[in-house]
Amino acid sequence: MAIKTIGKHCKGCGVCVTFCPKQVLGLDALGKITVVDETKCITCKQCEMRCPDYAIFVEKK
Amino acid sequence: MEKLIEKYYRPRLPHIWCPGCGNGIVTSSIIKAIDKLGLDQDKTVIVSGIGCSSRASGYLNFDTVHSLHGRALPVATGIKLADPELNVIVITGDGDGTAIGGNHFIHTARRNINLTVILFNNNIYGMTGGQYSPLTPTDSKATTAPYGTLERAFDIAELAKAAGATYVARGTAFHANMLVDVIAKGISHDGFSLIEAVTQCPIYFGRQNKKGDASAMLKTQRDNAVTVEAAKKLSPEQLEGKFKIGVLHQSEAPEYTKQYQAIIDRAQKGAK
Ligand SMILES: Cc1ncc(C[n+]2csc(CCOP(=O)(O)OP(=O)(O)O)c2C)c(N)n1
Ligand code: SF4
Ligand code: SF4
Ligand code: SF4
Ligand SMILES: [Mg+2]
Repeated sequence: MAIKTIGKHCKGCGVCVTFCPKQVLGLDALGKITVVDETKCITCKQCEMRCPDYAIFVEKK
Repeated sequence: MEKLIEKYYRPRLPHIWCPGCGNGIVTSSIIKAIDKLGLDQDKTVIVSGIGCSSRASGYLNFDTVHSLHGRALPVATGIKLADPELNVIVITGDGDGTAIGGNHFIHTARRNINLTVILFNNNIYGMTGGQYSPLTPTDSKATTAPYGTLERAFDIAELAKAAGATYVARGTAFHANMLVDVIAKGISHDGFSLIEAVTQCPIYFGRQNKKGDASAMLKTQRDNAVTVEAAKKLSPEQLEGKFKIGVLHQSEAPEYTKQYQAIIDRAQKGAK
């Protein structure tokens, strides 16, 4: 499994962080998306589904 | 989604929408519906009016018309009549579609022309800075209603049905996958389809009405939406303050471009 983030597109809304059921995601000091603990990801893709800015993609491997 | 962006979006991201705006989510649901149905990109036209939501057409790699405020439906009607083979999808906002464009809305529904309309309902005029629309709930704050709105909002789904739409559905940005499904059904339906997409404007509706940030507004959508199936088991008291999502209405009626073609055929035979 792989989480791909595009910092350039992220506007730091926090939606993906809020709805991730496994606390995989966070925002960094600049308010951009960051992956805190990828090992907890269950590839539910809720982050990808609700990111308004197409800044996070999850690949099932 | 990454592959869909390559295929269906113009290479001009990031978009202009504010942080947390639901427009990007609803737009991706439209694209997923188009992809799910395998529509030919060269036979699909996207028409929009003016507003933050209507800006979506500019990001999508189809033949698109970013028309005039309130006038997406007449433009789409012209395109569909000129070539009924095209899939014509309309993107509009609550202001665009139900205020300045409200008259076009009821009459296009009445004609039952085969268009699919996705109305982004963020309960406000986002683009122009937060004026209230016919879909702003009663007693909401807006720049044009500093003491709260007096009018009752339209239930646009009920209005569409009463005006003659033969497919009416509602979804939300929170339930983005379900939104894909009701949009796809609307595109497949042969007649006028309205899909109300409940979405958040955290900047102008949210801030003025203390609705919290985008996450909080998405949670409100989650908590207040009841599927059509679940609603059947609830009492009117239990449904107080809730709204239904799913396919709300579907019926059969003659489709306008087919009726129009029949007239052409009759006229060409010289019959009266
Ligand atoms: C003829 C005309 N009148 C007014 C405007 C100004 N105007 C632009 S967008 C808009 C309202 C948009 O509201 P809505 O359709 O709800 O879109 P949103 O920005 O909320 O997505 C208005 C009044 C205009 N562009 N053209
Ligand atoms: S796929 Fe699911 S679990 Fe993984 S980061 Fe996204 S929301 Fe969290
Ligand atoms: S939802 Fe998208 S834009 Fe918002 S913080 Fe997450 S990655 Fe960034
Ligand atoms: S003003 Fe509202 S609707 Fe417009 S882009 Fe910003 S959040 Fe979205
Ligand atoms: Mg609006």
